[in-house]
Amino acid sequence: MSILVLGLGNILLSDEGVGVRIVEALQASHELPADVEVLDGGTSGMDLLDMVAERDCLIVADAVNADGPAGRVIRLEDENIKMLFETRFSPHQLGLSDLLAALRLVNKAPRRVVVIGVVPQNLSLGLELSPAVASGRDAAVAMIVDELSRLGPAPTARLH
Amino acid sequence: MTRITIDPITRIEGHLRIDCEVDGGKVTKAWSSGTMWRGIELILKGRDPRDAWIFTQRICGVCTTVHAIASVRAVENALNLEVPLNAQYIRNMIVAAHGVHDHIVHFYHLAALDWVDIVSALKGDPAGAAKLGATLSDYKANSIPNIRSVRDRLQTFVASGNLGVFASGYWGHPAMKLPPDVNLLAATHYIQALEVQRTANKIVAILGSKTPHIQNLAVGGVSNAINPDSQSTLTLERLYTIKALIDELGDFVHNAMMNDVAAVGALYADWTQYGAGVTNYLSVPDLPLDTKGTTFELPGGYIPAGDLSKFQAITSYQDAFFRDGVKEAVKHSWYEYSGAAAALHPYEGQTNPKYDDFHDDGKYSWIKAPTFQDKRAQVGPLANVLGMYAAGHEPTKRHLTKLVEVASKVAGAQIPLSALHSTIGRIAARAVRCAVLHEALQNQWQLLVDNIAKGDFRTFNRPVFPKGEVRGFGYHEAPRGVLSHWVVIKDGKIDNYQAVVPSTWNASPRDQNDEPGPYEAALIDNPVADANLPLEVLRTVHSFDPCIACAVHMVDAEKRPIVQVKAM
Repeated sequence: MSILVLGLGNILLSDEGVGVRIVEALQASHELPADVEVLDGGTSGMDLLDMVAERDCLIVADAVNADGPAGRVIRLEDENIKMLFETRFSPHQLGLSDLLAALRLVNKAPRRVVVIGVVPQNLSLGLELSPAVASGRDAAVAMIVDELSRLGPAPTARLH
Repeated sequence: MTRITIDPITRIEGHLRIDCEVDGGKVTKAWSSGTMWRGIELILKGRDPRDAWIFTQRICGVCTTVHAIASVRAVENALNLEVPLNAQYIRNMIVAAHGVHDHIVHFYHLAALDWVDIVSALKGDPAGAAKLGATLSDYKANSIPNIRSVRDRLQTFVASGNLGVFASGYWGHPAMKLPPDVNLLAATHYIQALEVQRTANKIVAILGSKTPHIQNLAVGGVSNAINPDSQSTLTLERLYTIKALIDELGDFVHNAMMNDVAAVGALYADWTQYGAGVTNYLSVPDLPLDTKGTTFELPGGYIPAGDLSKFQAITSYQDAFFRDGVKEAVKHSWYEYSGAAAALHPYEGQTNPKYDDFHDDGKYSWIKAPTFQDKRAQVGPLANVLGMYAAGHEPTKRHLTKLVEVASKVAGAQIPLSALHSTIGRIAARAVRCAVLHEALQNQWQLLVDNIAKGDFRTFNRPVFPKGEVRGFGYHEAPRGVLSHWVVIKDGKIDNYQAVVPSTWNASPRDQNDEPGPYEAALIDNPVADANLPLEVLRTVHSFDPCIACAVHMVDAEKRPIVQVKAM
């Protein structure tokens, strides 16, 4: 079982970077099983192809515009992910959906994709998360830990 | 089940919007408006200059590495800090591998779909496509079974109804002109390029410790330790792994990509008539070969009005012609300068927003309008290739001549060099630059190995920050053109920081003299067969390789909105 936890977002735009902040927090708080890799993908697209290719499971942490209050955590899989991606991309914008489509074309797409998204509040210039989104980050970390525990050996909390 | 409505969140540099007025089937007026990144100085002010590169590489998701490189060069320039040879070579290899990667992805995965009809490729004959491939090169992957397997895979993909990357292409558009076999050969290389670009990225990952954000830079050098005998450092074994990856890349770049671009150029020869736009070309030298940045593997400089005989070289990291030549105007941008200055040098750069809606004749963009020697300038691979050609750079001449020869053979007529001042010319120049960069990558690898063999393992010189104010600029010939970072340091802390990025040069609005920017100028007289499907406008905009999301908004002569098309 090969699993990638991928954090996406721009950390220079406050809550936009929550996906990256989630994977940073996950690594700081938990010891992860050997078959789980964690990557801060920033705002990259095609550069991630090599890391995403041929995974059994890809878990994406990201900011998503969705109904609900700031900091709300959403889990998406299968059909809902398709919807997320279809509103977003075209042949010329190489983001994550194009990356996954490209991998399907060469039969190297991850077998499963799960998105853990947090609704942002503040997308202005700055390095800090707003308080509600910081809570969302922690909830998202817990959700990813659950997800990983269902897939294989559970991550263990680091002692502080 | 709960229904969730989800919108995209903008995260790359910003949206680009192109407005065109079309009259009699041609573009008569164009506006380029963007919400480009602005205000990196607000994050960096007061910070340690040694950390700036870590933040600047987050400016853009496509161009992480280039902003890191330009940043450390700017701080080193302010300190007059020399960089050990090994560090230069390692950085140069990262720069070259990143450039090759970027150019492959641009041509096959961004631009090609404007010219290559994937649906038509399904009607192609694998034997015919293979035969065509064989007339262009002996590229071994052009075999009939390979091409047939790609066609079958595409057929399954299209039949599944899930077009994915191909979903919003302009298939069957009247401006699509390639025969099915050519489309099939190009589609085959499209699929192969997905694998090949991973190879280029692996080189960056090994040297930079990680992608997409490299970790190995430092003001004063790189953090890669070199020790031929230790496992945890840059060993000979790792260097030879890199060598194998470089060779693998070369086969594709020289034998597939160069020919595909030549063939597309020849079969769309009418597109050498459109898209010249601004023909003042600016590029900078790159891949420094000494510790001070006074000699470079790749030359660069300024060409006024497309006249190669007037080329003026930019010669060092201290070059005053470049340093004093760059300004930014905001007459048509949503900013105001204190004292109502017409244009400011980046050291004096200001970011005071003044948003007041889109005005055709007033302010209409968040992008500032840069000028060089008070004139508009086009940047990017075309500017770079013309500059290197004018400087007499042998590999550039060789690869350009080869591409023009193949294109002339396919076209059945001699194509003149002047055809490069065009939409197709920008795409052709990118392929030439990719071949030049690949050769440079091989050279830099050899230089590094030879230098290590001499017993030189140094990779870092410690920076020392003086009391008081120092200023520095760092430039880099990035995949989309000239990138420059400008830093003012006071008592060891950042006081001002400006990044003048390639897409600022090319996607900018009119300047203080109302002169249009390169995108705007290049769109004038572009044909538009069907305003609802403005493929031709996309071809010209995409030929610049914009790394920003793009919405094309067409307006007819009466200014009624005709169509709003998400272009990127």
